[in-house]
Amino acid sequence: MGTVVTRMGDGSTVRLTRDEIRRDIMEGSEAAAVKAKVPVLEENEVDYLVDMFCCPSRVWGVERGHEAVMTKDGGTNTLISSRLSSGIAAPIGRETAVRLFERAFAYDSMEVGHLDYSVKPSKFIVSVEQEHMELLQHTTVLPLFYGFMPNLGLYYRPDGQFENPSDLLPLGKIAEARRTQEEALEACHNDVVWQSKMFADTGCDGINYDTVASTGDAEFLATLRATETISSTTHMPVEVSMAAEMVLGFHGELEYEGTRLAGLWPHQQMKLVEKAGAAIFGPVVNNNSKKSCAWNVARAVTFVKACTADATIPIHPNVGNGVGGVPMFEVSPMDMVSRASAAMIEVGKADGL
Amino acid sequence: MAMAHAVASSMGGIKTAGDLVARMQLNKMRLTEAKEYVAGKLGVSVFDLSDSTTMRQVREELDIGVVTAVPGLAKGLEAKARIAELLDIRINSVERLKAKTGFGTAVV
Repeated sequence: MGTVVTRMGDGSTVRLTRDEIRRDIMEGSEAAAVKAKVPVLEENEVDYLVDMFCCPSRVWGVERGHEAVMTKDGGTNTLISSRLSSGIAAPIGRETAVRLFERAFAYDSMEVGHLDYSVKPSKFIVSVEQEHMELLQHTTVLPLFYGFMPNLGLYYRPDGQFENPSDLLPLGKIAEARRTQEEALEACHNDVVWQSKMFADTGCDGINYDTVASTGDAEFLATLRATETISSTTHMPVEVSMAAEMVLGFHGELEYEGTRLAGLWPHQQMKLVEKAGAAIFGPVVNNNSKKSCAWNVARAVTFVKACTADATIPIHPNVGNGVGGVPMFEVSPMDMVSRASAAMIEVGKADGL
Repeated sequence: MAMAHAVASSMGGIKTAGDLVARMQLNKMRLTEAKEYVAGKLGVSVFDLSDSTTMRQVREELDIGVVTAVPGLAKGLEAKARIAELLDIRINSVERLKAKTGFGTAVV
């Protein structure tokens, strides 16, 4: 039987038969369904993915008319940073980079963000950030977000002032670990709200909270509360983009509107994000680099399809390095990125990416 | 990465009507609803929204910003002021312009 050239989740090339690809797709979907207790992909959706992965074409895309809206996290770091977002350190400023995304790359929306992308470092230079936003609002037409990560981890020692739960938990100090998270999340929440409000009068089109819940349920709670405040008191819509597929229960007992946050999967996270008043939700599905891209994409779109099936707000799944079916490697292969991209929209029914 | 997504799935920003549909998503519209809304306001079909050939002409006629450099057409904030009126939505930078200049009626 002939083989197809495809890739593993680490980006390496592998040759699989059509039957092996079909098996991987069905097993990937099953893996997501079992984890999140959501439906597996339907037969026609599996067939679409099999055809997509077996097609020798270097680039895949959605059907004409099915195009979706792109939002961009990490701002212009792809162009101007080093290492972060696979940056190339192009010798240009952020204004130029945003203009290039609008004019040369024809992006649907764009984001302004600090190179050191967490709220804690960026709040100290907020006036610089505001100025960039105000100037760009004069020269651009596309919607411009301001983006940052709540990144609760920076609030713990040695970076921050609060005791680190990762130091306390191995010592069995459960109550102390919970208390320090509760205190830190208040500080993080206050910074997220303050930083967001600083953009309310700049003409900013929206705020993007990125890599949410990177440190678990306490960070998710801080973000949900901030989303509620900003959505209800300003004219800036909020996009909430997650860090991982499941909310880790570092605290374990925190709740939002009566729902325990630890252990929530994307379709459950989406309901709380909606309730908090967000305009767009960005679910994340992690990659397994030891499985094929067919397995990973099938698993990712199964999670996302469960999310889009019940959502009332637009869903923009994350499809960056190592998430959403995109291989975990610094330099992304276009053959797999384009397939993950199209599958998210054609099968996952995403509103954008 | 960004380019691969743009090639595979993106509406095409101001080259088409991607920015306009994005603005409706910021108003919590799902993709289908957002496209139908924008198509209705522009007087084109939903299919046309992602067609760069059609939209290049439509955007110039409506003077809402085009992707290429054309002297005389609305730029930046000028284009957004026209988009806000066309789509009947609030655009924060346009509201700020009204507040700073006293031109136009504020959208609450």
